[in-house]
Amino acid sequence: MNTLRSLLARREALLVLACLLLLAAITARFPAFSTPHNLAGVFNDTSILIMMALGQSAVILTKSIDLSVAANVALTGMTVAMLNHLAPGLPVVVLIVVALGMGMLLGAINGFLVWWLDIPAIVVTLGTMTIFRGLAFVESGGAWVNAHEMSPTFLELPRALVLGLPVLSWVGILAIVLAATLFTRTGLGRAFYATGGNAVAAVYAGIDIGKTRFLAFVLSGTVAGLCGYLWVSRYAVAYVDVASGFELDTIAACVIGGVSTIGGVGTVGGVVLGALFLGIIKNALPVIGISPFWQMAISGAIIIAAVVINARGERVKGRVILRRKELPL
Amino acid sequence: MTGISKTFPGVKALSDVALELRPGHVTALIGENGAGKSTLVKILTGIYQPDGGSIQIDGKEVTLPTAEAAQGLGITAIHQETVLFDELTVAENIYIGHQPRNRYGLIDWVAMHARAAAILHGIDAPISTRTRLKDLSIAQRHLVAIARALSIDARIVIMDEPTAALSYKEVEELFGIIDRLKKAGKAILFISHKFEEVWQICEYFAVFRDGGQVGAGRLDEVSHADLVKMMVGRDVTQAFPKLPAEIGEVVLKVDGYCHPTEFDQVSLELRRGEILGLYGLVGAGRSEFCQALFGVTRPSAGMVTLSGKPITVRSPSDAIDAGIVYVPEERGRHGAITAMSIASNISLPSLKVTSRRNFLRMAEEFDLARKYAERLDLRAASLSQPVGTLSGGNQQKVVIGKWLATLPKVIILDEPTKGIDIGSKAAVHAFMSQLAVEGLAVIMVSSEIPEILGMSDRVIVMREGRMAGVFEREGLTPEALVRAATGNKEAAA
Repeated sequence: MNTLRSLLARREALLVLACLLLLAAITARFPAFSTPHNLAGVFNDTSILIMMALGQSAVILTKSIDLSVAANVALTGMTVAMLNHLAPGLPVVVLIVVALGMGMLLGAINGFLVWWLDIPAIVVTLGTMTIFRGLAFVESGGAWVNAHEMSPTFLELPRALVLGLPVLSWVGILAIVLAATLFTRTGLGRAFYATGGNAVAAVYAGIDIGKTRFLAFVLSGTVAGLCGYLWVSRYAVAYVDVASGFELDTIAACVIGGVSTIGGVGTVGGVVLGALFLGIIKNALPVIGISPFWQMAISGAIIIAAVVINARGERVKGRVILRRKELPL
Repeated sequence: MTGISKTFPGVKALSDVALELRPGHVTALIGENGAGKSTLVKILTGIYQPDGGSIQIDGKEVTLPTAEAAQGLGITAIHQETVLFDELTVAENIYIGHQPRNRYGLIDWVAMHARAAAILHGIDAPISTRTRLKDLSIAQRHLVAIARALSIDARIVIMDEPTAALSYKEVEELFGIIDRLKKAGKAILFISHKFEEVWQICEYFAVFRDGGQVGAGRLDEVSHADLVKMMVGRDVTQAFPKLPAEIGEVVLKVDGYCHPTEFDQVSLELRRGEILGLYGLVGAGRSEFCQALFGVTRPSAGMVTLSGKPITVRSPSDAIDAGIVYVPEERGRHGAITAMSIASNISLPSLKVTSRRNFLRMAEEFDLARKYAERLDLRAASLSQPVGTLSGGNQQKVVIGKWLATLPKVIILDEPTKGIDIGSKAAVHAFMSQLAVEGLAVIMVSSEIPEILGMSDRVIVMREGRMAGVFEREGLTPEALVRAATGNKEAAA
């Protein structure tokens, strides 16, 4: 009876366990890795992935996908970096508002195309992904904005320490809290799950599934816009290929975290753990001295393993009744 | 020629059942939902493996390790929702998996179309072999499924509720085909919930209950009541126990509702406590009309008045706010969100009620869910359990509970008992009747004449998108309904 529930519960427990095992293995060789200071660094490093994976998960919950998030980061990041370079006097707050607004607009374009023109999300965002990167090239002419061309406040804000943690980490924590509230405590969050879980039933229950998807894309785009600023300021450089391929990392974090690629299933906790798991691997492998190419292969293998676990979970669900009847034998 | 006998000692889903099929005869397989009928079909078609027992054809023991093996032995099944391919042509559908090959091992298209045409001609089906399946009607698809069964030279044909999606006339056509299959010496297993059909077409019967066989023999040796008793293990005194409800003022008034393609000039009045039957053949526009009433699609003209006030319904959300709810026909596919919890499912259309300042209140949500779970006798370990882990019957209760929780004035039930067994049917009817007594106005879309006759205070018959007749409960005959629905003067039940 509780197979599915215990499975979902197990998914988060499994991820915590996997993260702990991973940490234990790394600590065995490099004890310094697991110091609180270094772990806080890993979290800080993973904050952007966590935020964007949460935005992505909203989209995947509605049975869509957003391939354009990384290109959104590049375009928004380039825009605010150039604004900062051209008008160093402009307060950073204004730039953050610009980043949020621009990300929201780019997300709205995706959402609009999916909603009104009824084009599959994967096609729409594949197109806008290319368009956004293209625009980043057009506005910069392919040139880089380097650290010395950015104002000090622009660069320092994400690094500023508040209660011992950098602002970037605090933004990540805030995003987790907001996402958890949105997903579990609001009608819109419920609509995300309903739209992906059973679109027809959702329509009959009075949910506008087109609008729900639109809002999921707007959310994902807004988060990506904010991350555009955070990214260029953290890495102190803006160029056209910023965050290249990062959309796949956000999807991977969702999948590892137990978000069903066919929509309707997933939790904030799972996504955060999925992102952290990837973050630990990314940070640990160079320490151990494994080449970046192996890192990519290992990340890929983990994603496939996660998909296999998800698929097995879904199969069990379909057979629950029969299984129970066979058990007494 | 002997039939088939098979036993499966010890399996809970199907324990130690035996079944015999005879060439040239139709055997009815009857049982409530979950009695093990589908499991048996899956074993016979090689999808599931039995844990024990034996299957014999012509006295020779056979095994059915795969679907191909079952096909090779001449066993074929025509499923509830026919498993065919929309985008392929009729000929491709008939020969999928066993296409005729030429000497290079490639598909011999000429032979395929020729043979498919010959088979279709043999069952009097005027369908071109080059038509894509998606362009056919449901009845024609059944003909294709039957042609497919014949194409593998089937000797044993299993029909799993073949009439569930068919209208009255199409059922007659199907029975004609079954007669022809009988004459050709095929052994047929006919699974159906509809007793009239069983008596009309079958010679032998087998009744399953809780995974075991509780009776079998010749149909002419038993009575209707005997079968029902075997099936449910108790007496069902009345299948349609309608309670007298007090009929009050007009709640819903629809004037000249039109849709560009589906229906035209539909008008009705619905009173408090009334059950209005909406009868017609499949495709008569009944569901389409109800969906427009509920805001899923938009009408092109017409007016709706609810409790004396004109209302505009632009979306299901508007309809729910106004107090009109629609319980769709495919409750399994369209009703519940299986990955979500019972509580979330029940509260889904009522979120405006259970939230404060846009934030959901879990406590109120659970209170609401608990109230309707108790009222409907929903059996679950906890309300936070995903609906997908519940049995079919309990899932249905969640779907009904979710609509009742919105406190509607008008409830539209589309084919409320389609595909469910007699025992559950009676429960649904009793419940529907209870709703009317409590003052709800009910619109019941149904294709089953006994249900329409038994439950409705008034019946509207639709034909080809138009109203073909309005009948009062008193003096209503099946013949009159069928005549109005088919537009055929001599058609009678």
